[in-house]
Amino acid sequence: MAKMNMLHAINSALDITMAEHPQACIFGEDVGYFGGVFRATSGLQEKYGQHRVFNTPLTEQGIMGFANGLAAFGAPALAEIQFADYIFPAFDQIVNESAKFRYRSGNEFNVGNLTIRTPYGGGIAGGLYHSQSPEAYFAHTPGLKIVVPRNPYQAKGLLRAAIKDDNPVIFFEPKRLYRASTGEVPEEDYSIELGKAEVVTEGTDVTLLAWGAQMEIIEDAAKRASEQGISCEVIDLRSILPWDMETIAKSVTKTGRLIVSHEAPITNGFGAEIVATIQQECFLHLESPILRVCGLDTPYPLALEKEYVPDALKVLAAIKQSVEF
Amino acid sequence: MSNPNNVSLNISHDLEFIDGHALNIPTLSILNEDGDIHHGATAPDIDESTALRLYETMRFIRALDERMQAAQRQGRVSFYMQCLGEEAAVTASAAALDQDDMIMAQYREQAALHYRGFTLDQFMNQMFSNERDLGKGRQMPIHYGSAALNYMTISSPLGTQIPQATGYAYGQKIKHIDPQTGELNSAIDNITICYFGEGAASEGDFHAGLNMAAVHKSPVIFFARNNGYAISTPADEQFKGDGIASRGVGYGIKTIRVDGADALAVYAATKKARDIATTTGEPVLIESIAYRLGAHSTSDDPSGYRSKDEEANYQACPIERFRKWLVKQNWLNEEEDVKAKETIREDILAALKRAEVIAKPPLEELVSDVYDTPIPSLQRQYEQLKNHIKQHPDAYPVTAGRIK
Repeated sequence: MAKMNMLHAINSALDITMAEHPQACIFGEDVGYFGGVFRATSGLQEKYGQHRVFNTPLTEQGIMGFANGLAAFGAPALAEIQFADYIFPAFDQIVNESAKFRYRSGNEFNVGNLTIRTPYGGGIAGGLYHSQSPEAYFAHTPGLKIVVPRNPYQAKGLLRAAIKDDNPVIFFEPKRLYRASTGEVPEEDYSIELGKAEVVTEGTDVTLLAWGAQMEIIEDAAKRASEQGISCEVIDLRSILPWDMETIAKSVTKTGRLIVSHEAPITNGFGAEIVATIQQECFLHLESPILRVCGLDTPYPLALEKEYVPDALKVLAAIKQSVEF
Repeated sequence: MSNPNNVSLNISHDLEFIDGHALNIPTLSILNEDGDIHHGATAPDIDESTALRLYETMRFIRALDERMQAAQRQGRVSFYMQCLGEEAAVTASAAALDQDDMIMAQYREQAALHYRGFTLDQFMNQMFSNERDLGKGRQMPIHYGSAALNYMTISSPLGTQIPQATGYAYGQKIKHIDPQTGELNSAIDNITICYFGEGAASEGDFHAGLNMAAVHKSPVIFFARNNGYAISTPADEQFKGDGIASRGVGYGIKTIRVDGADALAVYAATKKARDIATTTGEPVLIESIAYRLGAHSTSDDPSGYRSKDEEANYQACPIERFRKWLVKQNWLNEEEDVKAKETIREDILAALKRAEVIAKPPLEELVSDVYDTPIPSLQRQYEQLKNHIKQHPDAYPVTAGRIK
């Protein structure tokens, strides 16, 4: 074990992959010698050569088109989109191409070798275009998998699993935690199964569900609630697609209450899908309406970021509302 | 380049703009309409069996196109796209490749696929979306694909295959790169050809794909089929530059324009392009000029957007031109050719009749291949659907009797 921040953990997962597959390639804007604007690919070009770790021209649709082709050829394609806010020029290549490659060809071809890494989320004073959480757009697309880690240990294990998974995976990295989150991480290879949520803290009164950077917020809210005598069960969804309905339903069956929290705007956020499914699965066990604590339906703000974000205080208010219903 | 801006710094003291049409791009033409080699032109080195295979492919595709256009009019298939006028461009370029080179086509390149060995029954099974279709009945007619024949399955969104070809070819090249020097340490065994139309070249993916191929040195032959029309939009409403070829120069890519109705010119240019790609690892752009003699697809009627006079000017047939050359080489027996055409027509009709009665794919193919294995939510949806169909079998006759 070694103490790593999330960038070190991601770098370690990429390093293992590059050593494992002689044809694996890492590419994106500034990922080469510079090691990426957040330095996630630091040192990898020196280790594996410019032909396997390289800068691309500034074209997200080009990066993803190239990645689809390379993955279809059979080489692990590790593409980086510098900010999730800039993934939209690549939307067609991802939703119409990556996601449908296997289905449309009857499995003659596939891009299971594709992994898209992209930093997402707020908290870095990034305003409209360095803060978005676009996971819900992609969750509406059959054929993709979507994963979001909450800490360095999770990041390495989930990224290795995403790379090894034989489907295209979008790996959203909580950039606010890149350096802020540190922890013990094995230096050797390991994987964490995709599609499985994790019960981080057991509790009895209310289930709190989030993913990625928002985990820190709901854990904070759970701590404050426990000081007021409310026992929260805290769950990290980890995979948005496919998502672990069984673990959530089991918890809500026990607690009778659910609060889902994400940074993205509330309307049509992924929380909506969870709420719709869980009310159907757990209808007779519910003690109160399921609540969502999310971003407002505005573009991501700058000066008023603190007011916009679903912070621990807003989550705590929802916990009380749920328990006192 | 040796300066930070990566440009040729030819300092000048005259204020002068370069004209948008400063490049006077030649068009390679080898075979004339009578089937003779142009004076001063050199015929490519092509052997008899390759030349005959090329001709037979074009002959077959013309017959298939005519029959399937009619089948669509009869309501037997929902959709069809002919390649009238572009048979030489597609077939001769495919003939200049290695069987293991990847073909990433747009949609009008059925001739390249047949040249590779896609059978009449395989064409029919795809068009009738039956259970023997390699694509499992999921895509509209003409969206063919075959891993065994290195022909990437067609995708309707235009131009998406262009940057994908860049990535695919990069993968083909990696094993030939010396890790120490970053240079090629052997000739590349297989490369990728990427077909697209002049309309698709307006998509952002075209720019992304060509620029990345130039920057990362991907061995792709970009084959632009400039046939004059994108559905109804003529090329002069699509771009103002000198065709697609002028853009290749802008990306720093070796470029050639050829008469796309001239099988020998297309063959020669593609052979040479392949040599360049395999030995330098770099891309090449070929712009083929051949008029789209037919409609875009069965869903449009050209009389609504172009004149009979214009069409009359471009009626020369690329297959006939090549046939005349073959006869002059004494490689083609005209009597047998006439007989073969009749046999092909009969075979096509028989295959059509076979394919249209083969069952549609079973229900499990609705949910297979979305992922490598169905995810839990999809499994639940599938079970629910099966139960529903079992309760209402008459409403779902295609699958009700075969649910496992």
